[in-house]
Amino acid sequence: MTRGVANIFGASPVQPLEQHIDIACRCAKKLRTFFPAVIAGDWEAASAARDKIDELEEQADELKKHIRLNLPRSLFMPVPREDLLELLLVQDGIANRARDVARIVLARRMQIPEALAADFLEFVDRNVDAAKKARKSVRELDELFTVGFRGAEVDLVTGLIEELDAIETDTDNRQIALSAALHEIESTLNPVDAVFLYKVIDLIWEIAESADKVGRRLELLLSH
Amino acid sequence: MEAQVVYIVLAAIFGLFMAWGIGANDVANAMATSVGSKALTIRQAILVAAVFEFLGAVLAGGAVTDTVRKGIVDTEQLAGSPELLIYGMLAALLAAGTWLLVASRNGWPVSTTHSIVGAIVGFAAVGIGVDAVQWGGVAKIVMSWVASPLTAGFIAFFIYLTVQKLILSHEDPLDRAKRYVPVYMFLAAFTITLVTILKGLKHVGLTISLRDSYILAIGIAVGIAVVGAIVIRRIQPDPKAEKDQHFITVERVFGVLMVITACGMAFAHGSNDVANAIGPLAAVISTAQGGVIAAKSSVPPWVLLLGGAGIVVGLATYGRHVIATVGRKITQLTPSRGFAAELAAATTIVVASGTGIPISTTHTLVGAVLGVGFARGIEAIDLSVVGRIFLSWVVTIPAGAILAIIFFSLFKVILP
Repeated sequence: MTRGVANIFGASPVQPLEQHIDIACRCAKKLRTFFPAVIAGDWEAASAARDKIDELEEQADELKKHIRLNLPRSLFMPVPREDLLELLLVQDGIANRARDVARIVLARRMQIPEALAADFLEFVDRNVDAAKKARKSVRELDELFTVGFRGAEVDLVTGLIEELDAIETDTDNRQIALSAALHEIESTLNPVDAVFLYKVIDLIWEIAESADKVGRRLELLLSH
Repeated sequence: MEAQVVYIVLAAIFGLFMAWGIGANDVANAMATSVGSKALTIRQAILVAAVFEFLGAVLAGGAVTDTVRKGIVDTEQLAGSPELLIYGMLAALLAAGTWLLVASRNGWPVSTTHSIVGAIVGFAAVGIGVDAVQWGGVAKIVMSWVASPLTAGFIAFFIYLTVQKLILSHEDPLDRAKRYVPVYMFLAAFTITLVTILKGLKHVGLTISLRDSYILAIGIAVGIAVVGAIVIRRIQPDPKAEKDQHFITVERVFGVLMVITACGMAFAHGSNDVANAIGPLAAVISTAQGGVIAAKSSVPPWVLLLGGAGIVVGLATYGRHVIATVGRKITQLTPSRGFAAELAAATTIVVASGTGIPISTTHTLVGAVLGVGFARGIEAIDLSVVGRIFLSWVVTIPAGAILAIIFFSLFKVILP
């Protein structure tokens, strides 16, 4: 009879969601080790970093499955179940893009042209910044649930999302600048390599874009 | 005379058995949240529960005991054959106890109250005659089973809404909590004390005038709030822990409040559920002693003491384990949410106890938790489980009734 009252609490998705963004963010952060190794031509270190990225991405995937399996329709939550599942999906995008980038670069043993290297690393950095900001925002989820999505806590999260937006805009500009710089020197490169460099820049930028989508999803939760 | 002694001893054993079962299983409802949120250690929780369950049973359980004893069966019809009432009440106790044992072994969420009421109605309607049941009284009880979770839900909803508006939604929730939590303490202590004084104490033989009742309740409540405020003021924020969870210190403040509402909940539970076990016992004793069905006699105090003692033994032997298990499972019910649910449930139950209505404490608490959920306070409630809990009384009543009919027929044959 007692256990009855205890059992009415479904598995809360809040802590797992926070854990998930943490893993996804760590996954993206590994690109900060990966790319310096690539530029230095240290393929052993790069491949070690790639392995770590793959491992984290798998962890994120497993947690994603676990969360989905534990979110039955019979759960009564302060926010729609669909919104939480969407949030999970865009969070997972961060890890997926980091994995894609590392895979292509390592498989093709890609060289980052020296003229671009410094800007390129900064560009990666800013994308990781966006992922970190997304993590910081999602970490407020349990507080948001506690306050019932109103009051000072909402302002705090809104502020975080604005900061996330600013970083995303910055990566956007950098992506354009980097593509333009690449365009300047593309004639000196192997054409296939050049095409793939464009692709990798786009893929990296999708990390910031995924992070920004996390912000959008959180905003939707706030508006309920 | 010998037969009478057999009846009383049997009733006392069955009553103890049921009170033990309540103590072992049901009490965790009241205490687990406090243990889960680390507001109390298990040892402290058992101590608090023992004291307040006992006090609730003795000070405020009288009215419900009376209802179970003589509000369901029309005792006048049995004036000629008092032994039938004795067999029936013995059967009801054994039936309810057995059903509770079976149910808790299988983890089914059933209510003590529903089992005992079902059992009494069962033996009376089938064993004696449909007219032997006071259907008006039964209808009132059944209606209260719908009303009590709803009432607790509404109260919990509004309490939690005020917590959000007054405390959590502000920039300085800790300062606000320190200011407002003593007010909640006052309210909790005041309501429960007042209802107990107004409705419960006359069964213990104490009569206090209305004015004195209010003065006494306010005095006790102010005392509790002042002590609480002093404890709260000593809580210092832990900046490191707050980086992860901004409300961690605020929740510690609510943790102090929750100790008080947990006492209230234990008290309320004692006043309602213990009475369920004690009512039939009291009926057997008064009938057996008098040889006639005494409608006027009051419940002997030692019977209430026996019920309280049974609960304490249940807690000490088995309750520890259940409290720990349940406490781990309900971490979502943080002190700020848990106190709202407990305060709402305790108030509803104590009022019902004062009015003599046996309600289900489990259902009332579930209603209160749902109320907090509707205020968007709880992360995830599994509605399918909630549905099963509320449906369980549909099964429990016939189960209690059928078992009671079987035992009743058996007792008619084997007892002197």
